Amino acid sequence: MAHEPQHEQHYHDAANVTNPEHASHHIVTPRVYAAVFATLLACTALTVFAADINLGVFNPIIALAIASFKGVIVILFFMHVKYQSRLIKVTVGAGFFMFLVLVTMTLSDYISRAWGLW
Amino acid sequence: MHSAIANPQADQAQQHEHVSLPQHRHHFATPEQQREAGSFGMWLFLLTEIMFFGGLFFAYLLFRNWYYDAFVTASNQLSVPLGAVNTAILITSGFFMALAVWAAEVRKKNLLVLFLVLTTLLGFAFLGIKADEYHEKYEKHHIPGASFDTSQFINPAAYGLSEKPLAPDAAQKTQLFFFLYFAMTGMHALHMVLGLGILFWLMIRAQRGDFSSGYVAPIENFGLYWHFVDIVWIFLFPLLYLINRHPLAH
Repeated sequence: MAHEPQHEQHYHDAANVTNPEHASHHIVTPRVYAAVFATLLACTALTVFAADINLGVFNPIIALAIASFKGVIVILFFMHVKYQSRLIKVTVGAGFFMFLVLVTMTLSDYISRAWGLW
Repeated sequence: MHSAIANPQADQAQQHEHVSLPQHRHHFATPEQQREAGSFGMWLFLLTEIMFFGGLFFAYLLFRNWYYDAFVTASNQLSVPLGAVNTAILITSGFFMALAVWAAEVRKKNLLVLFLVLTTLLGFAFLGIKADEYHEKYEKHHIPGASFDTSQFINPAAYGLSEKPLAPDAAQKTQLFFFLYFAMTGMHALHMVLGLGILFWLMIRAQRGDFSSGYVAPIENFGLYWHFVDIVWIFLFPLLYLINRHPLAH
């Protein structure tokens, strides 16, 4: 890779790199972390409490809804995704979406193999 | 190009004198680009972890549906108070890890080391409680394999339990629940053990001052890993401990 001197200069000039997607490094404050922490503890208490009540088919649904909410606030705040570039946000979203696609496809296969014998 | 590979240090010294930070790698144009590439790579790794744990979660979903009564009975052997306390411990550990990232960002070395130590201590507390739960399963012969004992599930009344008795063949299926329980919580615990090992390395480097001069990436990326392991547990706790408390009659 032979560069002309000027080209070399140009190519490696940090100021020349524009990255419009990238927000400047955002420092999440301890206050935000504390609020998320309190919410996570409250949700843990809530899910234990909800498990004691007989809600029939809604027991697992409520437990998973609370767990998903907890997971989302961990991802957004503890893992800083709320403050990251669009590239990172789409990457994270794509990962979970891909997992849901795989679950849906596998479940459709399972459900349709012996109809009624689930 | 060949000279760059053979002697990157000399190459860097000759051509990139504007690079001031020692951690700034030669192939990134700016520190910001390097940081973003690091986060991106870490997230790609975590996506493979979602798929890995996702497979186990899916196996649990299907087999619970298949052997529902066995899964309900076996699941109710787990202690909800221990699981809940462990959830709180892990969330607190994650909170201190988040604070450690903040301490590195605002360049407070002593606070950073303190938060890393607290993260580690709570990680060990979690594993301690987990070990106690595993030991109880060992004593009751509820570890799948040759010495697995189904008598408690066939005749729960004799053990003072109010569970519905299972037929001997159905009682054998409780092994599948415990297999998945040990596989899922065991893989989760293995991730924590590896994380604790990395935490010691980070503590030593943090004490040396490596992460309190604007270089936050290792702390930040380890934080992503630690929080991911938290999220796995956030789902394991309700699925293994909570959702089978009120079995559906069918």
